[in-house]
Amino acid sequence: MTVDSVTIAFVGSGGAGVMTAGQMLLDAAANVGWYGLMSRSSGPQIRGGEAAAFVRLSPQPVLAPGDRFDVIVAFDWQNVERFAAELPLNADSVIVTDPSQGEVPAVLAASGAKQIAMPIKELAGAIPGGRVNMVGLGAVAAAIGLPRAGIDAVIEKALGKKGEGALAASAAGIDVGAKEAKGWNLGLELAAPQRNGEARWNISGNEAAGLGALKGGVKFCAAYPITPATEILEWLAPNLAKTGGALVQAEDELASITMCLGASFGGVPSITATAGPGLSLMTEAIGLGVASETPVVIVDVQRGGPSTGIPTKSEQSDLNIAVYGLHGDAPHLVVGPTSIADCLFTTQWAVHLAEALQTPAIVLSDQAMGQSRAVVDKPAEAPYVAKRLLAEGLDGEAKYKRYLDTPSGVSPAAIPGMPGGEHTADGLEHAESALPSSQAADHQKQLDKRLRKLAGHDFGDAWAEVEGEGEVAVVTWGSSTGPAREAVRRLAAEGRKARLVAIRLISPVQPAKLAEALKGVEKVLVVEQTHGAQFHKFLRAHYDLPGTVSVFSRPGPLPIRAREVRDTLASLL
Amino acid sequence: MDTHLTETVAGPEPHDYKSDVKPIWCPGCGDYSVLAGITRAMATMGLERHNTAVVSGIGCSSRIPAYTSCYGYHAVHGRALAVASGLKLARPDLSVLVFGGDGDGFSIGGNHFLHACRRNVDMTYIVMDNQVYGMTKGQASPTTESDWCESKLTPEGPGVNPIQPVQLALACGANFVARGFSGNPNEVARLIVEGVKHPGFSVIHVLSPCVTFRPEQRGWKSSVHPYGREPTDDPNEAMRAVLEDDGFGLGIFLAGNRRPFQPASAATRTIAQIEEGFAV
Repeated sequence: MTVDSVTIAFVGSGGAGVMTAGQMLLDAAANVGWYGLMSRSSGPQIRGGEAAAFVRLSPQPVLAPGDRFDVIVAFDWQNVERFAAELPLNADSVIVTDPSQGEVPAVLAASGAKQIAMPIKELAGAIPGGRVNMVGLGAVAAAIGLPRAGIDAVIEKALGKKGEGALAASAAGIDVGAKEAKGWNLGLELAAPQRNGEARWNISGNEAAGLGALKGGVKFCAAYPITPATEILEWLAPNLAKTGGALVQAEDELASITMCLGASFGGVPSITATAGPGLSLMTEAIGLGVASETPVVIVDVQRGGPSTGIPTKSEQSDLNIAVYGLHGDAPHLVVGPTSIADCLFTTQWAVHLAEALQTPAIVLSDQAMGQSRAVVDKPAEAPYVAKRLLAEGLDGEAKYKRYLDTPSGVSPAAIPGMPGGEHTADGLEHAESALPSSQAADHQKQLDKRLRKLAGHDFGDAWAEVEGEGEVAVVTWGSSTGPAREAVRRLAAEGRKARLVAIRLISPVQPAKLAEALKGVEKVLVVEQTHGAQFHKFLRAHYDLPGTVSVFSRPGPLPIRAREVRDTLASLL
Repeated sequence: MDTHLTETVAGPEPHDYKSDVKPIWCPGCGDYSVLAGITRAMATMGLERHNTAVVSGIGCSSRIPAYTSCYGYHAVHGRALAVASGLKLARPDLSVLVFGGDGDGFSIGGNHFLHACRRNVDMTYIVMDNQVYGMTKGQASPTTESDWCESKLTPEGPGVNPIQPVQLALACGANFVARGFSGNPNEVARLIVEGVKHPGFSVIHVLSPCVTFRPEQRGWKSSVHPYGREPTDDPNEAMRAVLEDDGFGLGIFLAGNRRPFQPASAATRTIAQIEEGFAV
C-alpha cells in the first residue's frame, strides 16, 4: 500500500539545520523522480529563533502545501508554539520527538497524533561530527521509501567540498535514522515516481523571478535588501554580471527605484525587487515612471503587513497599494504569478509589457512563492522580450516630440545617444514636446494617452489561467491559485465540476475576458490571503461577477490549504 | 574619464547647448549665470549633445535640464543623484551632469548625496546653493543660518545649524570638490570643465543668490574670495584646509585619486547555460 502524497515538517530552533534537512529531502526526491514543494517558516532571527521546513512530495506535480502533516520531526520544541497554528495535525499524523527535548507541547499533542520517541540528539552525538538533521532526514527518507541512492547524490553534492569526514558523518547519520524508522510501519510509502521523460527543474520563486528578468532582457538592477525579496537580488547579482548586465546595491529603496528609472531612461531594461515597506517608499518614483513614460519592473515579494508586519511570512495584502498606491491618475501594470514556476513567466512578461507600453510594472509575488522551492516540469519557453518602440527619422526637419499623441498611446522613444532626439523627460505634466505644461488641454491629452496605451493593448491569453467547467467558479490570484487549483482538480476527480480563474493581469482590468471565462457561472467563490478581502473588493470595483458571490479570505501567515477550498466549493455545488 | 571630449577647431558655441525654453526664474536669480557657465563649459569641452544627459530633481535650479539642448531627466524631489547614478552605471558611455539646489541635495536628497560621494560614480554634480527653498516661497533650507527669521514656517529662525556642503562632500568621500559663485560664470565654467574631466564623482558647490527671498545675498559678491591654495589630491589635507575656510573661498579643494565605481560585467554565459543550474 502506498500513498499519493506525503507532507513532512522538520522543526527546531534556527541553526539546528531544519532548512538543510528539508532542502536535501526535496533534492533527493527530485533525484528519484518525485515532484515536490518545500516552504519555510521562520521567525525574524537569523540564529536561535524558531524554524520549520515543510516538504510535500508526490509522483504528481505538487500545487500547494498539504492539508495537514503526515510526519513532524522535531529536533527540539523551542518556541514551537509560535508556529503551532501552521502545523495542522490529526490522529493519523505522526510526531517524531526526542525525549531529551521534553514533552510534545500540549498544543500539538491535543491533535491526537501518534507520538514516536527517537533519541535524535543521542544518536547524532554518537557519530563523530554527526548532526541531528541528518538523523531526522534518514528516518523520514526510510519512512516514505525514498531510495538511498537519491540521498547519497544529494549529500555528495552538498558536502563533497567539505571532505570525506563530513560525507561519512552525514551518511552515518542517515543510516542511523533509517534504522530507527524501520520498525515504525507508518504506511507512508510514497507511490513510485512516474518519470515522463520531460526535463524537470528544482527552483524557488525568487530564483524564477530573477531568471524571468534575465529572459525578458533586463540588463540593470538596483538592489536594496529586504526580506523576503533579497534572494531575487542575490541571484541576479552574479547572473546579470555574467550576461553583460550590472547590479548595484543602492542606499535605500528611494534610490533603487530611481536608479532603475535612470538606467531605463538610458534605454536599458531595469528591475528592482522589494517587499511591502520598500514598495511604499517607491511609490512616488513609480509615479514618475508613469508620468515620464519610463519603463521599469518592480517585483514585490509580499509579506505580512502593514508596517514591518511579519517579514518572514506570506500574505497577499499589497494588492491595494500596488494597484492604487500612486498619487494622481497613474495607469500602470500590475501582474501576479500564479505559482513558483510562473514567477519566471510572469516576470519575463512584465519586462516585455513595461518596455512595450513604456510604463512601470509591479509583479506581485509573495513569500510563499518567493522563498519556497519546487520540483516542476521545466517551464515552457515564452516569446516575451523587452522591445521599446524607438523613434526613427530623427534627422528630419520636424522637432522630435517625446510624448507624441499616437493612436496607440505609445510614443516612439528617443534615448540618449540618438542624435536629434534630445529632450527632457519630465514628471511635470507636459506637452507632446516634453516641455512642462500646466494647461488643461495638455493634461487631458497626456492622461488620455497614458490610459489608452494600457486599455488598448491586447494582452492575449496570458491575462489569466482558466481551467475546469461547471456553474461554480473559483476566482483567485497569486499563490492562492495553487490550493484553489488543487481543490478544483480534486472535485473533478470526484466527478464534480468547478472552474478555476486565476487572474495574472491584475491591472489593467479585463472585464470582457473575465465575463467570457465566467459565462454560465451561477456561483463565484473568491479566494485570497488578506484580512480585508482586498481582491474581492477590487473585483467588485471593476468587474460584474455573475450570480452569488462568496469569499474565502484569511490573512497570513496561515497558508490556504486545498482541503479548505475544496470543502467550501463543495458546499456551493 | 569622459569619452565625449572632442578637440575641434571651430567648436560649438554656448548657445548651441541652450534650448529655446525661456527660464522661469526671477529677475536677478543667480541661476541665470550658472546656466551660462554650464553651457560655456559644455561648449569648451565640445560635449556631444546626444551623448550628454543632464539630470535633476525638483526646485528652481532643477529646472535646468529643460533649458539645455541635451538629453535630460527632470525627476522627483531629492533623487537626482540616484537617477543619474543608475543612468551612468547602465550607460557608462554617456557624459552625465546633475543639477540641483541645497534643499533638493542636502535635505530630501541628503542620503543620496552621502552615498553618491562614497560611491564615486563618474559624473558631475553642480549644486546651486541659495540657502533657501525658493520654489515654495522662502523656507529655511539645510544651509540656512540658524537665526534667519524671515520664513513664516520658522519665524523664530530654524534654530539648527546649517550644513557645510563642501565639508560634507569631503567627509563622505567625494573625489573632486570645488566651489564657484554665480557672479563669476567664467570661473563656474572652468570648475565644471575640471569636474567633468576628473574621473569619479565631482561636486561643484555654486553660491547662487536668491534675490527674492534672500536679498541680502546680493552682498555675496563682496564676500567671495579666491580659496588661495593649490588643489590637493589628499582628502585629509583638503579637509583640514576647508575647516579654516569661511564658506566663501572659491576654487578647487580636492582633486582626488579614487577609482570611479563601475560594477564588473562581462557577457561570459548564455541564459541557457545559467538555466542548466536548475535542472534536476
